[in-house]
Amino acid sequence: MNRVSVLCLALIVASALSLVSAQYRARQLFIDLETAKGVERKLDVEWRVLQLDQTNYSKHSLIESAAVRDLHMVPANAKRLRYLAVPTRVTSAPALPSALAPRDPVVP
Amino acid sequence: MKSVRFHASPVLAVKLPAWRSRVILCAIFVGFIALLVRAIWLQAFSVDFLQSQGEQRYARNVEMPATRGKITDRNGEVLASSVPAWAIWAEPEEVDVTPAQVAELAKLLDMPKAELARKLADPVRKFMYLKRQVSPDVANAVEQMDLAGIHRRKEYHREYPEGDLTAHVVGYTDVDDAGQEGIELAWQHALAGQNGSKRVIRNRRGQAIEDVASIRVPHDGSDLTLSIDSKVQYIAYTELKRAKEAMNAVAASIVVLDVRSGEVLALVNFPTYDPNERKKLSGEQLRNRAFTDTFEPGSVLKPFTIALALERGVVKPDTIVQTSPGRLTIGTATISDSHAHGPLTVEEIVKVSSNIGTAKVALRMEPQQMWEMFTAVGLGQAPKWGFPGARAGRVRPYKSWRPIEQATMSYGYGLSVSLIQIARAYTMFARDGEIIPLTFFKGAQRSGDVEAVKGVQVISPATAREMRHMLEMAAGPGGTAPKAQVVGYRVAGKTGTAHKLAKEGRGYDANRYVGSFVGFAPVSNPRIVVAVMIDEPSTGVYFGGDVAAPVFSAVVGATLRTLNIEPDSPIKSLVIPADGLKEAAL
Repeated sequence: MNRVSVLCLALIVASALSLVSAQYRARQLFIDLETAKGVERKLDVEWRVLQLDQTNYSKHSLIESAAVRDLHMVPANAKRLRYLAVPTRVTSAPALPSALAPRDPVVP
Repeated sequence: MKSVRFHASPVLAVKLPAWRSRVILCAIFVGFIALLVRAIWLQAFSVDFLQSQGEQRYARNVEMPATRGKITDRNGEVLASSVPAWAIWAEPEEVDVTPAQVAELAKLLDMPKAELARKLADPVRKFMYLKRQVSPDVANAVEQMDLAGIHRRKEYHREYPEGDLTAHVVGYTDVDDAGQEGIELAWQHALAGQNGSKRVIRNRRGQAIEDVASIRVPHDGSDLTLSIDSKVQYIAYTELKRAKEAMNAVAASIVVLDVRSGEVLALVNFPTYDPNERKKLSGEQLRNRAFTDTFEPGSVLKPFTIALALERGVVKPDTIVQTSPGRLTIGTATISDSHAHGPLTVEEIVKVSSNIGTAKVALRMEPQQMWEMFTAVGLGQAPKWGFPGARAGRVRPYKSWRPIEQATMSYGYGLSVSLIQIARAYTMFARDGEIIPLTFFKGAQRSGDVEAVKGVQVISPATAREMRHMLEMAAGPGGTAPKAQVVGYRVAGKTGTAHKLAKEGRGYDANRYVGSFVGFAPVSNPRIVVAVMIDEPSTGVYFGGDVAAPVFSAVVGATLRTLNIEPDSPIKSLVIPADGLKEAAL
């Protein structure tokens, strides 16, 4: 009888300690979770800001002004366009005309 | 030392009085009873008090802020997005600052020192915003000054990276994140997030360690993907701006629609505004003219009269109508053409835009038929897509039409429409006689294939094809708008030049015009409808064919190339044949 009591007592103490540690772990994990959520929010905000930056830097007006002013390009109009008709059946690749063929590397 | 065994200890032999042990026993027993009573008292009777005390010390309500949804264009480019900002506020009663600190704060908040000092000294109010929409850097600097009675509150700042380019479509929000114009207002319920809050237990370091209860679940606002293509929008914006400035016009609008899906690809109005800089905005700038301004459309309406006549079998495309001598008197009023044309076929009436020809065709029909036609294509009806300030325009009930009114309405006077209504109406010609609802959202009306769009068949496909042919002639050589032509693509459309109503009194103003052009391309397989309206061009040219058609041409050309639509115009020299490379190599 005595032994059973001692065993029960030991079990109770063990379970009480495990409860304490489980509670501690749960709280620790919860803190981690909250921290991670905070990081998520922060990253989300950062992402929004980056997206805005992306749109800001890829504005068509910016691209066009850079192309016209810095690169001296002109907008394509139909008169300057050449359309390529897509071949209906692919045969063996035609030999490239000399003007389009890759040049030999220039050796100084 | 000699050890003494326990049982042999002489101390044990001492006899104590028996009552002493009993007293101790009783005392211990009473002690336990007292503990038990206390335990029962704490656990059963004062539990509410203790729990509330505990909660006061450790439980906190936490706000969970929700963000307003983003608005993007059809390619995912951001048109409106919220980023965190701070509101700096003060409790004037609690404020305790030195003049030097006031000066520093005033510099940080970029406001006059006197104004700040006055706000901080306010004797009545307990809560006072010092400045709202402050950037996080500034807010942190203020926080570091650690001033008594000065606090901050989190809020959001709405950014519009495209600025005035999409201002009228997207609209804007106020400092409280409530939509004020455009999509921001119309879809406020979808965009607005709902803040949540929950109750948590915090430990001594202030970290939340346990969720107690969720009071309100936060819902972020949903993101909206508009049908607007910011590239097409940019094309429309630049071309319209150029034209408006060249013509010195009061205002101008353009709408680009996708014929297949009914999606609005671009919508630009001038004058416009920058939603990021909203000081000194005028109603002129804010008005989304394509929706809110109705005007008498003039000749752009003629094709509907002619289409109705063809559909009803009243005339055929080659029926000859006498328009000589360029004037026609109905009742007491006389209508006229800009110059006499003589006998014209119905096709030619559209091509040269003859008022008299159209009126004569119209008078062979019943007013009710014409009214039904106008109503079927959506004129005189408030658009159903919920845009703020959208106007219905005016088409009077047919019972009150006098013959002269029926005649003038046939060519677009005596009724009013908005630009987006007339643009939508033209989808009837572009889509084989079917008119479809418009949308501002990408993919809202289709799931994969184009045929899923439900439209209403107004005229037969055969009539629509005949009309397309006539409208192509109108935009071709000898028509009213040769300037609408685009190299590489076949275009069709109709000009409109209407006198504006006089500012005072009745009748029309002789010198103020609205020039317009509505058309579609490519004719062989229409993909876009473009409607252009130039309000009061003041450099002497005012015909729709001269002021609006060039804008149409430039926008259509650039847009079709942007959308990778194959040219359908028979310009052989432009196309390098498939075996071109081989030929060149020979």
